[in-house]
Amino acid sequence: MTALLEVARLSARYGRGAPVLHEVALELGQGEFVTVIGANTAGKSTLLRAISGVGPAVEGSIRFDGRELTAVAPHARPKLGIAHVPEGRHVFPEMSVEENLAIGAHARGGAPGGGAAARLEAIFELFPRLRERRRQFGGTLSGGEQQMLAIGRGLMLEPRLLILDEPSLGLAPMIVEELHDRLVEIHRRGVAILLVEQNVSLALSVASRGYVLQSGSIVLEGPAGELLRDDRVREAYLGI
Amino acid sequence: MQLLQALVDGLLIGGVYGVVSIGLSLVFGVMNIVNFAHAAFLMLGMFVAWFAWAFLGLDPLLGAFLSFVLVFAFGCAVQQVLVRPILAAPQVAQIFLTVGLLIVLENAALMAFGADFRSVQTPYQTSAFRLGGIIVSKPYLYAFAMALLSGAAVWAFLERTAVGRAMRATAQDPMAATLMGIDTQRMHRLAFGVGVGLTAFGGAVILPYLTVSPTVGSHYVVLMFTAVVLGGLGSVAGAVVGGIAVGVIQSVSALVFPIQLQNLVLFVVFILVLALRPDGIVRRRGA
Repeated sequence: MTALLEVARLSARYGRGAPVLHEVALELGQGEFVTVIGANTAGKSTLLRAISGVGPAVEGSIRFDGRELTAVAPHARPKLGIAHVPEGRHVFPEMSVEENLAIGAHARGGAPGGGAAARLEAIFELFPRLRERRRQFGGTLSGGEQQMLAIGRGLMLEPRLLILDEPSLGLAPMIVEELHDRLVEIHRRGVAILLVEQNVSLALSVASRGYVLQSGSIVLEGPAGELLRDDRVREAYLGI
Repeated sequence: MQLLQALVDGLLIGGVYGVVSIGLSLVFGVMNIVNFAHAAFLMLGMFVAWFAWAFLGLDPLLGAFLSFVLVFAFGCAVQQVLVRPILAAPQVAQIFLTVGLLIVLENAALMAFGADFRSVQTPYQTSAFRLGGIIVSKPYLYAFAMALLSGAAVWAFLERTAVGRAMRATAQDPMAATLMGIDTQRMHRLAFGVGVGLTAFGGAVILPYLTVSPTVGSHYVVLMFTAVVLGGLGSVAGAVVGGIAVGVIQSVSALVFPIQLQNLVLFVVFILVLALRPDGIVRRRGA
């Protein structure tokens, strides 16, 4: 399988502080579902932000589809097929659900023509709640609905890689389960997913491979099933 | 009847205050910069319109479009070269920059054009419509109509076009906007350009009833800030409502108090609004 995303020797630091990422290497194949787990300050968000370009300055290499991303302006990366759904959802609070989604269509360069309409329909099918709420402001939605909107907005970019940062944070267990069903569905449609999730058992049950990030370094990697059975993972992240 | 007349005058003048203040609100909403030089761009717009009248024979109501285009381009450049580098700097740097820009623009105009007060002559300058006992001054009415049209055009741009939506997205959440492929720096340039271009347009349309000089901006700057804070900083509709409120308060208070005190009443109302509704009259929505 050729790699869609190849991160090599990636280091990052904020200002002059200690590095948040230290020589991280990570690979994700076309259409693969990969998760990165680790403690709260391990640098997971920083890693994702480095890939989409909204994080601190980095050293090292990030290749997407064979192309060096560090040389691409952050706002140009979505056009290559990368959608990053950030932690905390970040929906546009004073725009309707429809407008939030239309922003994604705009970035894709296409006038809101046939392609965008079909994508919108597909997203409404995936998240019927968004259709019901489509005239409502993003800021007035519940947490779960905002997360669906943030993911839907990302999908409007027609990504080949969907990056998700803590999608289940602060959501009720039932919503979390529904959300993960949707992620599996999105993956089945051919979108590669890179998931960071504090709910480690859930993350490892939907992803096919996982990386364990500790204090900015990858300390363990392997198939999700193996990580789930690994004593170190069970002790540190599953509390067993 | 006198009150009605004062209301009409206040509305017509205040509408223009509102529209020239939109840019202040827009720039603050999109990039969190308080542009103290905003009124200097109004002055530039007036000079462009004056020269267009003096040398091309263009009525200021038409010269206003030239004012918009030139000041828009200048504003984009100012954003790119001067404002962008200090966006992440402490607020005090922004204050120094924009106040400095105000001083530079005023003095450059003083050097280039001299301190003379210049005015234009138009056929409608001193004429008016009479409605019952109310006198509606033509230059006031035309300026009001043109200003509101330009304000409505900017509103439609923000609400109805993809670029306008991208600009609002940048205002609401710059990081999320970047993640959605929006070039936020381009949005900043456009917002600054449109903001100062609109105030230049407003400056041009009031030329038929006012004179222009390099320091004309300082007469407006306090009114503009009052208008946007009254209406709610960051809101386009709020700026217009705030501007009309300023115009009406000024003109009605002139009925009761000597003209020198008209701003006293304005500021009393201003302080009351700040105390009772610190977010302004209009709830903030979008940019």
